[in-house]
Amino acid sequence: MSSTAGAPTGGDVLKAPNVIEYPFSRTTGPVIGAFMTGMREGIIVGIKGADGRVIVPPQEYDPVTAEELTEIVEVGDAGVVTTWCWVNEPLTDQPLDRPFAWAMIRLDGADTDLVHAVDTDGDQAVMATGMRVKARWLPARPADVDTEADGGTSAGSDDSGYRVGHILDIACFEPEGVPE
Amino acid sequence: MSDVTLPASLQGVEPVKSIRTPARLDYVYTAGRASSRFLHNVANKRLVGQRCPVCHKVYVPPRGSCPTDGVPTEEDVELAHTGTVTSFCVVNVAFMGTLMEIPYVGALILLDGSDIPIMHLIQEVPYDQVHSGMRVEAVWVPDDEIGPTLESIRHFRPNGEPDASFESYKDNA
Repeated sequence: MSSTAGAPTGGDVLKAPNVIEYPFSRTTGPVIGAFMTGMREGIIVGIKGADGRVIVPPQEYDPVTAEELTEIVEVGDAGVVTTWCWVNEPLTDQPLDRPFAWAMIRLDGADTDLVHAVDTDGDQAVMATGMRVKARWLPARPADVDTEADGGTSAGSDDSGYRVGHILDIACFEPEGVPE
Repeated sequence: MSDVTLPASLQGVEPVKSIRTPARLDYVYTAGRASSRFLHNVANKRLVGQRCPVCHKVYVPPRGSCPTDGVPTEEDVELAHTGTVTSFCVVNVAFMGTLMEIPYVGALILLDGSDIPIMHLIQEVPYDQVHSGMRVEAVWVPDDEIGPTLESIRHFRPNGEPDASFESYKDNA
């Protein structure tokens, strides 16, 4: 843990910013690990449920029968918005620093929805249930870039700007058909 | 758990086994009247505690009331810049955000005239020579850096006096 106290301000009664950070990391296990490995490799994977449905992100146990699931399958990195919520004032550490949508996205080949941000250049009128969106990936990390340069305090990926094995290796989704 | 089967695109690549999930809490701390008065005094290079009217103990930093008797503490008591180490900890583990080189010593220091120790660093002495009963004095930052924060005291250091008797700090040992 670290804590940073800023300079006090004010008159008789003092106030000061006080930030507390916990640099947690967690082990993923093989199933979530496969999803995170896919993020780093620039693909999205789910897992075959007991009834053959594809669950994205993959779960370790079937949500209906509770049996262990093992068959990781690749799905598309584009899909359909099934529902969404507009964010007028993004918070620090959210994926975008301008107004955007949190959306449930039914990826091609998936039978469940993935939550992610959709960037429409701040234009809410572009958002619609049923619209097609595709992932905007961070670039792959070049072989000569150190993977451990970051102290591990940043939210999301490691701030390197490259894919590291994190949900924010997808910077966001964007309407399909937007030119690169 | 049984082994998972991977699609071709994930076979033969190094698996991700852990992810970073940092948490951050962003507060504005309001010191309150008692602590603010204490810190304003620190900014003037003074250490001022408060005495309980019932048990007569002197608290530093004062919180405005006595935790034992539940009454307001209103009598200010100016304290010396010297004190006695009641207890200490040699820190051998570097943690995120620390500026200190390890090993270093954090100690509870009973300022002369007070009845509860404050926590601060002991420097200018090898870490393995710090001990309970050691007499220490405050080392302040340069005057132009002093402000309403306990960091205005850079650290404590031995002041050369003989050790205090156990009797003098036994209530805080």
